[in-house]
Amino acid sequence: MSILVVVEHDNEELKGATLNTVTAAKEIGSEIDLLVAGFSCDSVADQACSIPGIGKVLVANKESYKNFLAENIGTLVSEVGKGYSHILAAATSNGKNFMPRVAALLDVSQVSEIISVLSEDTFERPIYAGNCIATVKSSDSIKVITVRATGFDDCEVEGGSATKEIVDLDSNLGISSFVGEELAESDRPELTSADIVISGGRGMQNGENFSLLEGIADKLGAAIGASRAAVDSGFVPNDMQVGQTGKIVAPNLYIAVGISGAIQHLAGMKDSKVIVAINKDEEAPIFQVADYGLVADLFEALPELESKL
Amino acid sequence: MKVLVPIKRVVDYNVKVRAKSDETGPDLANVKMAINPFCEIAVEEAVRLKESETAQEVIAVSIGSNACQEQLRTALALGADRAILVETELEVEPLGVAKLLKAVVEKEQPDLIILGKQAIDDDSNQTGQMLASLLSYAQGTFASEIKIEGDKIDVTREVDGGLQTVSLNLPAVVTTDLRLNEPRYASLPNIMKAKKKSLDTLTPEELNVDASPRIETLKVSPPPERAAGVIVESVDELVEKLKNEAKVIT
Repeated sequence: MSILVVVEHDNEELKGATLNTVTAAKEIGSEIDLLVAGFSCDSVADQACSIPGIGKVLVANKESYKNFLAENIGTLVSEVGKGYSHILAAATSNGKNFMPRVAALLDVSQVSEIISVLSEDTFERPIYAGNCIATVKSSDSIKVITVRATGFDDCEVEGGSATKEIVDLDSNLGISSFVGEELAESDRPELTSADIVISGGRGMQNGENFSLLEGIADKLGAAIGASRAAVDSGFVPNDMQVGQTGKIVAPNLYIAVGISGAIQHLAGMKDSKVIVAINKDEEAPIFQVADYGLVADLFEALPELESKL
Repeated sequence: MKVLVPIKRVVDYNVKVRAKSDETGPDLANVKMAINPFCEIAVEEAVRLKESETAQEVIAVSIGSNACQEQLRTALALGADRAILVETELEVEPLGVAKLLKAVVEKEQPDLIILGKQAIDDDSNQTGQMLASLLSYAQGTFASEIKIEGDKIDVTREVDGGLQTVSLNLPAVVTTDLRLNEPRYASLPNIMKAKKKSLDTLTPEELNVDASPRIETLKVSPPPERAAGVIVESVDELVEKLKNEAKVIT
């Protein structure tokens, strides 16, 4: 049994979700290789080599992999993955994009977003927006799995000395190309890796009022999120969405402001360690999952909270 | 241009699904069923392509039991021209669905296939990508905007840090995210008209596809409950508790 973990990165830095995925791999077995596919990604390969408990770090350094186009990466991973019993990647927007292609090319099913490992072929994964947890057993010869980062701790990042091995495969399908990207510029931590998250919902009333959250976020070093209702109402962009159809977060502290607590939002944050809810409606379902609830008008409570932090 | 829109019949998104007490599966007795919300966005996008005369024909397809006809009729009422049901009583996994859809694509030869990014029952988020892969097509997943020019399609995608745009050769597969559009409601005259539109039925055997499952569900259980919290009386009390009791801020 041997496991291949596809490293999540941006050609410069190895992303945190990789560390949770390695932890999941270690719960499955002990023979683990990493694959770094990208372009000019030597620094990522070096970081991958220092993770303890890794056999080899396979490096596919080609221009076709620079923008992680699913067509090219999927083909590469299916070729490299043929010799492994398990192929794992983080359930990020990138992992969700290419992994099903890998599974289809290998003619195996994929197990999406596992939150725990019960044995080498049996896993737990949430279904119905986290309202049920399914225990599933895969009978495929190669198990293709995406890993929900919040289900596993980070692995160690220092002390390893894996050997690098070049993979000289250029899987350029030539059917897709990268045009451009608009990434949100922010000094705040990333939503999925932040220790503290403060989110606003429909109760914020408009996009401008999200500035009330910014002062608090700055004081706490928190990331800012939003409910689907706030995104649907056009207050904020979708990359801020926390929920079943957005990002899944599990910070130490989650502060939900003006969020009623729809099932689909709870699915994205209910594994947070401590949950605070601020809402003027005392009947709001969010209070049922909150450790600390404050029934108050957010337009009064937020400035006061900011001044007292 | 011909557009194929695969849709899934799922539990209505307003229903809070619970695990059965014997943990053999989700309790779906007498719950309301609907088109998966992301599939509805896919239907809407295809119909808009037709309205702007970019597309000439929109075909809705679903895989499942006879009851899926209900959702196909809804798609027809929303503006699809005709529908295909691949009828099976089996619980088909995304890989099986992708294989069946591939056979339908080979038969119908659409230029564009638009699907929902995930179904809100099994939350797999796989079918569109698998279909694209089996067809060796390019894919634009989690789309918030599409633009067709000649034999290419530009897809703006919702990614973790923001938005990304890719250019794909047609034919291609697009999967929808929330902000692609706001689906319309079917009007009564259109619901009536939809009853007369063509709905063909095929079987996996006719398509020569083995869609048998590879994953066995051993049990379905409720998620761990969170213990009830406390209501604080003031911002001061909240800050005090976060500092001294929960110790999550300093």
